Amino acid sequence: MGEILLPLLILCPLVASMIISVSAGRVGTCAIGAIACVGVGLSAILGIILSVMLLSGPAAGVLPVVLWRWIHVAGFSADIALTLDRVSMVMVLVVTVVGLLIHVYAVGYMREDPGIARFFSCMTLFVAAMLVLVLASDLLCLFIGWEGVGLCSYLLIGFWYDDPANTAAARKAFYMTRMGDAALLCGLLLLATAAGSLHIGAVLAAVADGQVAPSGVNVAALFILVGALAKSAQVPFQTWLPDAMAGPTPTSALIHAATMVTAGVYLIARLHDLFAMAAPVMALTAVLGTLTLLMAACTAMVQSDLKRILAWSTISQLGYMFLALGCGVWQAALFHLMTHAFFKALLFLTAGAVIMRAGHEQDIFRLGGLRHAMPGLTAAFVVGASALAGLPLVTAGFYSKEMILSGVWHVHFGLTREWTLSGHPLWGMALLGAFLTALYIFRCVFIVFCGKPGTVATGRTSRLMGIPLGCLCFLSLCGGVIEMPDTLPPLHLFTALLDPKTPLSHADEPVWLVLAGALAPLAGLGVARVLWGRAAPVMREIPGQAAITRLARAGWGMDALYDLVFVQPFRLLTWLAHHDILDQAITGTGRMTRAISGRVFRARAGFLDKLAVWGTRARGWAGHLLGRLDNGRVRWYAAWIAGGLCAGLAMAVLS
Amino acid sequence: MTPLPALVLLPIVGGGLAWLAERIQPHTASPARDASWWVALGILIVETLLLVLVTVRHPDHAGPWLGHFSTPWIPAMGIAVRLDMDGLSLSLIWLSLILCFLCLFLATRQVTVNAGAFHFLFLATLTGIIGTFLATDLFLFFFFWELMLVPMFVLIAAWGHEDRQRAAMKFFMFTQGSGLLMLLSILGLVIAHYRESGVLTFDYFTLARTPLSPALSMLLMLGFFTAFAVKLPVVPVHVWLPDAHTQAPTAASVLLAGILLKTGGYGMIRFNVMLFPDAASRFAPIAMGLGVAGILYGAWLSCAQDDVKRLIAYSSISHMGFVLLGIFTGSRIGMQGAIIQMLAHGLGTAALFLVAGAIQERLHTRDMHRIGGLWAAMPRLSSTGLFFAVAALGMPGLGNFTGEFLVLLATWHVSPTIATLTTAGLVLSAIYALRMVNRIFLAAARADLRPVRDIPARQMAVFACVMAFLVVLGLYPQPFMTFSTPSPLPVTDVTGQTAATP
Repeated sequence: MGEILLPLLILCPLVASMIISVSAGRVGTCAIGAIACVGVGLSAILGIILSVMLLSGPAAGVLPVVLWRWIHVAGFSADIALTLDRVSMVMVLVVTVVGLLIHVYAVGYMREDPGIARFFSCMTLFVAAMLVLVLASDLLCLFIGWEGVGLCSYLLIGFWYDDPANTAAARKAFYMTRMGDAALLCGLLLLATAAGSLHIGAVLAAVADGQVAPSGVNVAALFILVGALAKSAQVPFQTWLPDAMAGPTPTSALIHAATMVTAGVYLIARLHDLFAMAAPVMALTAVLGTLTLLMAACTAMVQSDLKRILAWSTISQLGYMFLALGCGVWQAALFHLMTHAFFKALLFLTAGAVIMRAGHEQDIFRLGGLRHAMPGLTAAFVVGASALAGLPLVTAGFYSKEMILSGVWHVHFGLTREWTLSGHPLWGMALLGAFLTALYIFRCVFIVFCGKPGTVATGRTSRLMGIPLGCLCFLSLCGGVIEMPDTLPPLHLFTALLDPKTPLSHADEPVWLVLAGALAPLAGLGVARVLWGRAAPVMREIPGQAAITRLARAGWGMDALYDLVFVQPFRLLTWLAHHDILDQAITGTGRMTRAISGRVFRARAGFLDKLAVWGTRARGWAGHLLGRLDNGRVRWYAAWIAGGLCAGLAMAVLS
Repeated sequence: MTPLPALVLLPIVGGGLAWLAERIQPHTASPARDASWWVALGILIVETLLLVLVTVRHPDHAGPWLGHFSTPWIPAMGIAVRLDMDGLSLSLIWLSLILCFLCLFLATRQVTVNAGAFHFLFLATLTGIIGTFLATDLFLFFFFWELMLVPMFVLIAAWGHEDRQRAAMKFFMFTQGSGLLMLLSILGLVIAHYRESGVLTFDYFTLARTPLSPALSMLLMLGFFTAFAVKLPVVPVHVWLPDAHTQAPTAASVLLAGILLKTGGYGMIRFNVMLFPDAASRFAPIAMGLGVAGILYGAWLSCAQDDVKRLIAYSSISHMGFVLLGIFTGSRIGMQGAIIQMLAHGLGTAALFLVAGAIQERLHTRDMHRIGGLWAAMPRLSSTGLFFAVAALGMPGLGNFTGEFLVLLATWHVSPTIATLTTAGLVLSAIYALRMVNRIFLAAARADLRPVRDIPARQMAVFACVMAFLVVLGLYPQPFMTFSTPSPLPVTDVTGQTAATP
């Protein structure tokens, strides 16, 4: 039963995508939306059925399906194989359920767009690719999905291709993730060489058995980390995600907030056993995650574009997940991944609806006072913002962030035998990040929804868009209560779900730790209210002239740096390559040969001429001399005969 | 009775018929060029039937060679007409036929001037190609190798684009010159064998057993290698390729990129690695270096092109670098990767050239700046182009990735550093492929774009078949990998040798 349902889970959106792309231009807008929603909806239903089947089975049960043999050669084998275990189950539910809500929303959002068929075929293809990524039990098979989602992301960021800026953003996203993909491929090659297979179980077993040298494990983990960092837009690859907001808003919600960018987190969570054996890489992951979360939060603070604020906040939240992964609490990372998918999708979709009704205005300073014009959307955005900030007890974000913070507090990085590193500084920075998160998102809330009205809101949000928002509101508020710190009612459904045998213990958790985690967002909210929330705000805009603000607004100059270090040299190189140097060289050689042969030809001709002239002259002289002999005097003839005879005799005698 | 000689002779004889068919002016309304087209199509169908016969016919002896044909040609010199077929040649012949059908359906009908002669030369090239894939007498091999060249030269020089004379001359000079080196090598090998055993023969299997000194075998191998390297092409001697591909008419571009380049890879497998295994393994580091250089250099130059066909041509150089790398890794994985890469590249690049040809036919330009965005005007053609561009950049799940992955895996076994360097080529391939997509497909349409006709649905169906092939190669390559394995060396494998000479 499960063996049939699991491939169907992927097939439904895939078939929907193919139907839409084949029938493009022949069926109406509504039909296209319906096909897409049915495809993803069927997938969601199948996902729920399979989850129920999996959970009702034995505790450690998995549902493996080997579809067919992909590549079998001497020393290496790969299969097209899927596995539904508890980790992938969580992801499947997130992808299909959130995906379905976003698809329903998109039917309303994209109704007027002429390219709706292309949009939905890419979106459903994305869902299929994402499901391949999630369900694959072979890393090479996972790589199909990994690149597939990248391709869909490229197509959707550049969806409105009439503007070259959009396609440039799309290419940037693809190139940067492609660099990570190349690194990931190197990691896969290393593991494949060592383990002879890329089946996740086999790879982890090989690593555990010591078939891979410790240095090899570190290098492989590093390669995979680079791939994950690029896909999840972490430092130093973060620059593509803010630009990726050029795509339609449902795309930003689905791909660049809820699912694709979390693929890196998922991959590392999948391979957490491998990473556990690479302590330095783990520490690096944690440090990069912390760096990203602080840097992105600071950047979000000074942005003025609503979608870019949310993009930077996504980067920052992904930083939390990487921090958790680096600290070994991958369960917390997955938990935050799930709640983040809910509230960030909510924030993006609400922002999309707001922007649409405010006449496509994205600048938060030109929006403003929208509270009265659109109360429903305001409520939804506030719910999303609270969950993102992690306001204590009532939001999902609080519980997941709390789980990460407590995990970070307890961690010790054993870099070498004698040198260990405590996680406390990272905890402090993560707490600061929580404060900043509340600050920047409520800055956004107060500026956009309170104060004086800026733009005139038109129309109303259609029901197709409203219902998904309602569902996501509910999930953002209540999706977190399945896992609570021990200080509160000790409820550990999520960790028990992931790993029934050894649930994560929170036993020795001091009360003040939870309290600190709860107070940081509240403090952020308070400060934001003081700064931007009053009737006459203390400051509307953070002074834009300050050098640091300008620097931060531009993403800390990383774009400019990359432009200088990578893009311009590459441009120069391609400019140099405009003429094939080797071609020039060989053509030049040819030309030179021709020139030389021409000269040789001329020289030869000249030489022959001269030779002929000389020859004629010499013949003349010779004739003259011979003529002299032939002078008609008998004495001379007799003398010649006698001389010749003497000479002949002398030669005959002497020889 | 073996169908191998028929397989070789049918296209050129049929080509002659096609030429005649154009001469006999029919009194019906249909234009003359259609007559030759129909004849060519018929010939190809018969040829395909023959090939199906060879494919499904079980050889009477259990051996790796699927077919064999031998008859003396010039007995005094020990030259025979000897044809043998194994999985590798069979799969490459299948590729050739598929591409010929593609050309016939999508490109050659547009030829208006002298269509009969065009079809004759087209089919003559096919004869040369099939003969090259089948010949196991070295003299015969050389004969077909040169035979393949001449009609292609005429095709480029007579039906090509603006700078065709120069391109054709360059193509001819390079391939002819390197072919002479190969002839010298062949003669050298034959003479060495004659000195050793006193038997004058050009037979591949006999010559493979010639004991050679290391220096001599290296020298002879280099002669072969040069000829194949020019054809493949390998980087310093690739310069004929961009010009020839760009200036050739669409059908000739397809044949050039799709199959002619593969004869180079085939030759390297059959003659370099199998005739001179020791010399090849000593030469492997240099060859692998050249392969990586080709991958990176081709991709780099491809990034800089403005001419669509030139861009695709340079991307071919990059892809063929993988073939060279895979062949000289010296492992079975690498060899199989190279073969899969050849098949996938043949299909994918041929389709890209057809797309470029369709664009040029409609807009009369190949300059990407002057083409502009075509998606709104031609969604079918654009989505086809997008698909094959994505295949060219090595999307997993499509054929090219399978080949590249296997080659990389084999390379990683030899040297992780080289493999890591090679993956940089994958990033570059994304750059040139998407640059092309964002220049001519997914871009704002030019204001002065005249109304153009999208490709008709039946042509789309042909393209869809190629897409399906690539997907199958990407997701289910196992049958092809088992099927297209070259037969084991007759030297090392005694049973193979006895089976090969029944």
